[in-house]
Amino acid sequence: MSDRTIEHYVAPIDENSAVEVDKVKLSERRSNLWLDAWRDLRRRPLFYIALAMVLVVTAAAFFPEWFTSVDPRATDLANSNGPAEPGHPLGFTFQGADIYARIIYGASTSLAVGVLTMLITGVIGIPMGALAGFYGGWVDSFLSRIGDIFFSIPYFLAAVVVMSVMPSKNVLTISFAIGGFAWASLARILRAEILQVKNLEYVMASEAVGRSKFGTLVRHVLPNSLTPVIVYLTIALGAAITAEATLSFLGVGLNNVISWGNDIADAQSSIRVAPGSLFWPSLALTLTVLAFIVLGELLRDALDPKARARR
Amino acid sequence: MLMYVVRRLLQAIPVFLGTTFLIYFMVFSMPGDPVLALFGDKTPNPAVLEALRQQYHLDEPFFMQYLHYLQNLFTGNLGETFSGQQVTDVLARAFPVTLKLVLMAVIIEFLLATVIGLISGLRKGGIIDNTNLVVALVLSSVPPFVALFLAQYFIGIKLGWAPVTVGANTTWSAMFLPALVIALTIYVTGMRLMRGSVIEAQSADYVRTALAKGLTRRRIIPVHVARNSLIPVITNTAASFGALIAGTTVTEGIFNIPGVGKVLFDAIIKGETATVVSIVTILTILYIIVNILVDLLYAVLDPRIRYV
Repeated sequence: MSDRTIEHYVAPIDENSAVEVDKVKLSERRSNLWLDAWRDLRRRPLFYIALAMVLVVTAAAFFPEWFTSVDPRATDLANSNGPAEPGHPLGFTFQGADIYARIIYGASTSLAVGVLTMLITGVIGIPMGALAGFYGGWVDSFLSRIGDIFFSIPYFLAAVVVMSVMPSKNVLTISFAIGGFAWASLARILRAEILQVKNLEYVMASEAVGRSKFGTLVRHVLPNSLTPVIVYLTIALGAAITAEATLSFLGVGLNNVISWGNDIADAQSSIRVAPGSLFWPSLALTLTVLAFIVLGELLRDALDPKARARR
Repeated sequence: MLMYVVRRLLQAIPVFLGTTFLIYFMVFSMPGDPVLALFGDKTPNPAVLEALRQQYHLDEPFFMQYLHYLQNLFTGNLGETFSGQQVTDVLARAFPVTLKLVLMAVIIEFLLATVIGLISGLRKGGIIDNTNLVVALVLSSVPPFVALFLAQYFIGIKLGWAPVTVGANTTWSAMFLPALVIALTIYVTGMRLMRGSVIEAQSADYVRTALAKGLTRRRIIPVHVARNSLIPVITNTAASFGALIAGTTVTEGIFNIPGVGKVLFDAIIKGETATVVSIVTILTILYIIVNILVDLLYAVLDPRIRYV
């Protein structure tokens, strides 16, 4: 053994470049799925237009008196199918009611049915899809077969049957008639998404550190599978508004409620002489549905990092 | 393939039983006594009530009633409408009309979806593509009955280019307008599928190979890009065929087309619940059958499906 010491050459450390790296504070540019989505949405003009439309409809639903002081139920047959005049910008219906006021007061019906149907669809569809996808095996077979049955009845026809035999026709029953069958599609979408997510490493890690299977589902799997669910529910809200109007149009919708579908149905017979009473509620309906569908589509793009990268 | 067909048919049996049971249960579970309702305000003789209950098997347990209902379904006994006609006869007369309308709508839908989807996909991100996507978004949000009214008012009444209502004159040309409107409200899904697969196909290995061996764009686009992109569009079109047969109620009601949808429309308007339920059951069964055929078609067109 020798006691020779070897001189090591140690290069001087250039501290400056490390300082530059340290300057970038990771905590400052926080990033997650929702933040990225928001950054994406913020840059799209269509998002603001759709959002404004949704806000206007919501405001009209909660505070119709902000928009009009005319009573939508007041009718004067002298004004039957009358043209627009000051204070009545869109003219009158066959019964002589103010079209504009009826559109404003009809917003709450559409919005209530839309939101309730969305909730019912979610409350049934999310557990069905999540349990089927996550647990697999006989749970999956059982729940998926139930879903198949509901999926196999065209949901509009099912709603027609339910509403035909329903003794009371109100916002709640019509929402159940639509949502009670529309959930099957949602369950399928969520199940497919969960099948992909449940084999990822973080799910295995969660189970490895001892979290229960159900806890893992609720804490990790479900939150990471919700993107398509949110997109579907936004679009379903628009579709439910269409379905309500169509059912009301067929006469199996809501009774004694101001609804765009009812007004369109009433105006049908005078389409030749007074197209306005058919046209304006149709426009309100279409724009509202369009707003929700646009929001859903924009969310779909914004929440999908791969689609963002492709754009 | 045979195994796949058998498996798919076997899977349909529980779905068939489930859907009929569900429809029956929905109607059965509603409050009210149907026999008492027959008499309106009058108080009927208890013996008559009893006889009627027996005739309609209402005195038996729920499950037995459901079996009777199934038996009637299989023997083609769907009951009568309020005007005394057999529901099966009415449907048999109306079905060809609906078939004609739906066939026309589906053909137009397929052409729109493939042509627009192909052009849009080839020029991804261009002006045509972006315009097309916005138009598609708007068209897919217009509620069908609103679109039908607009067409009826502007093209039928204002311009006079098409008959306002169809009535008994169910020729191809008379039903073109409603078929076109239906096609316009549903082509969007197929168009997006086409656009997506065209975009994907353009960067696929087999297209690069075709380019590398010197084929012209004129040959690559129809033979290599378009043809391989058609599979999802074809199955989507077939699926919309089933959905349309079940969903022409509003179209036929508005344009007064004497098809199955119109029969259902009238029954709904008049409140003939029994007829509504019979027709919905038949339409649901048709929908299930068409969906099975669609799955089989998919398996024929795309061999990968068969072996999953």
